[in-house]
Amino acid sequence: MVATTGNISVSHIREILESVTDPEVPVLSVLDLGIVRDIKVNGPVPEIVITPTYTGCPAMDMIRMNIRMALLQHGYKEVNITTVLSPAWTTDWMSEAGKEKLRAYGIAPPHPKQQVCDMRLFDEEAVQCPHCQSYQTRRISEFGSTACKALYQCNNCQEPFDYFKCH
Amino acid sequence: MDNRNFSDYILHLADNVLILGQRNSEWCGHGPVLEQDIAITNISLDLIGQARSLYQYAAELVGNGATEDTLAYLRDARQFKNCLLVEQPNGDWAHTITRQFLFSVYQRLLYTKLLQHSDSRLAAIAEKSLKEVTYHVRWSSEWVIRLGDGTAESNERMCKAVETLWPYTGELFLPSSYEAALGKEGLAVNVSSLQADWEQQVREIFSEATLPYPPSGIWMQRGGKEGIHTEHLGYILAEMQFMQRAYPGLEW
Repeated sequence: MVATTGNISVSHIREILESVTDPEVPVLSVLDLGIVRDIKVNGPVPEIVITPTYTGCPAMDMIRMNIRMALLQHGYKEVNITTVLSPAWTTDWMSEAGKEKLRAYGIAPPHPKQQVCDMRLFDEEAVQCPHCQSYQTRRISEFGSTACKALYQCNNCQEPFDYFKCH
Repeated sequence: MDNRNFSDYILHLADNVLILGQRNSEWCGHGPVLEQDIAITNISLDLIGQARSLYQYAAELVGNGATEDTLAYLRDARQFKNCLLVEQPNGDWAHTITRQFLFSVYQRLLYTKLLQHSDSRLAAIAEKSLKEVTYHVRWSSEWVIRLGDGTAESNERMCKAVETLWPYTGELFLPSSYEAALGKEGLAVNVSSLQADWEQQVREIFSEATLPYPPSGIWMQRGGKEGIHTEHLGYILAEMQFMQRAYPGLEW
């Protein structure tokens, strides 16, 4: 996926975006998170198309700014950042590498959407503890420290942990 | 298409979620337990996020220098087009849960229809919001059941909440003038067509919650969608708009 116009290339921009992280989950790059939907280098000004995780995610403004700063630092004079809402972001777009990074950081990564995202009430997902790998965990709250997480606790090692909920 | 009707429609959708989000946010720091304090404020965040997408669109349609902020902070009560249900006071936790449940079930049905809207921007906003709304329906349904089928006191409080809020549900299914006009061109969801599904879903959850489903024939309040509000909206706006009214153009 290398498209070059002059000295602007998609692969170069992707490399730079690897260094732009989610301010609320700093182990994940915007690419890991799956919120970069397109990189356009047709004209003299590159365009980065991003999509929000949740409509009210307060990190989006900062992410937009950080993407701009990173590109300016690497010599791009101008950059357009546009936002699209459709198709709506899903945790299925998170990279496998991203899921591993989350686990290592102590956040249980999201399950595939088809498995659990539906209207069943009082349904508890079997979420694996990112610390001791036990499935003997319980949900403390459907909502956690940020819009994208739910709060769990491990019955085995007793550690509370965040689950990046499927969306 | 009459542009005024369409911008009114978008404002109506935006006002619904802004006012409910603002109401829920009053719980911040006062929730019955920490986890639910976080839950209700997260729901606020979702609703206010949805409102922003809608106001940004409405601002483009309205023009004349309107922005998402001027629409939220500089319109007066008569210009707000939200349903009466969402401006009702928080009351106790049972009232807040019941209000959220009754609205979220409606919102989910409505936004599911909006996915098919010929205006792609509105359809995209609905698509993005729908996943969050589904979560709200699930969370509030569980709470209706937990409280309704809980203790004698929680059941009594839920019955009271349903009784208090029920007269504000009829308006959800009565098309406003702009919905009716747009509906002729297929540009607004016919809200009356959502009523049967809404009643069935509410009935199912109430039944599981051992809550009586209100009898038909109860007098229904109306007017919010046309700007005629209950006495509560003015107080909400007084608090929400205070900074912009006292210090015009203030920025963080």
